[in-house]
Amino acid sequence: MIPFATSIKFMIGGYSAIFLMLAVYLVTLVLRWRRMKRDMQMLENIKNDPGEANKYQ
Amino acid sequence: MSSQPKALTFLTILSAVLFLGALWMVFLFAPLEAVMNYVQKIFYFHIANAWVGMLGFLAAAVAGILYLVKKDLKWDLVELAAVEISVVFFSITIVSGSIWARPTWGTWWTWDPRLTTAAILEMIYLAYLLLRQGIEDPERRARFSAVYTLIGSLSVPLTFFSIILWQTIHPEIIGGGNSGSVGSFGMTTPMLLTMFYCLFTFSFVFVTLFWYRIRLGRLSEQVEILKLKVME
Repeated sequence: MIPFATSIKFMIGGYSAIFLMLAVYLVTLVLRWRRMKRDMQMLENIKNDPGEANKYQ
Repeated sequence: MSSQPKALTFLTILSAVLFLGALWMVFLFAPLEAVMNYVQKIFYFHIANAWVGMLGFLAAAVAGILYLVKKDLKWDLVELAAVEISVVFFSITIVSGSIWARPTWGTWWTWDPRLTTAAILEMIYLAYLLLRQGIEDPERRARFSAVYTLIGSLSVPLTFFSIILWQTIHPEIIGGGNSGSVGSFGMTTPMLLTMFYCLFTFSFVFVTLFWYRIRLGRLSEQVEILKLKVME
């Protein structure tokens, strides 16, 4: 039988790892989405007013 | 890109609610296992992550076939989304399994057939993500990726059935006939219910993330098209 203290320690470790990995992936999804939206906005601005390109250089 | 579809918002809320329900089932509903105590509770999320991971790899193979048949790049986007999410879920499976193994088997890792095939499976798809980046031409990249996922998907049944094909230390949960396994336990009805609830929940979480990742891929595609227009 696995001692109670050891068992609970590894359970907390296991679930911490699961939540951390899921959270890191969710954060990367959000960050990539925001970056794409920003790029999209910047490109739209340049397309509508080519003079805008100087702002981003 | 249009605003978020109502169905996706609904799916997100549903997944979050189901996920909270899964935590309740695991920590408050499922009974403690007599030998492994609390650490056995890792099992519920470990198996659910493995399920959606493998499901996603198979979905990627289906998307690969659809690309090869229809030559439509949208299937390449779907395939990439499926692989990326599955790599995350399968990484969680391997890490959580390793943490469960330490107090149960006395080691973090052993080159047992199930663990070895799972590690190979993960590496095949990590290599897929790296190799894709090295191909510039979208058509060539999509063709290569479709064939790769199709061949790579053969490792999914090999990993799944490895505990039946070879003598292994890994417990066989469904069937439970592996005499050499360590860490097996008798599944009571509440444990079974919790396991199936977690499988159900993670299927929803997978579909939700899959949808978000496909939307991200489409947005990225639109940015690339706009970039080309601006450069003209």
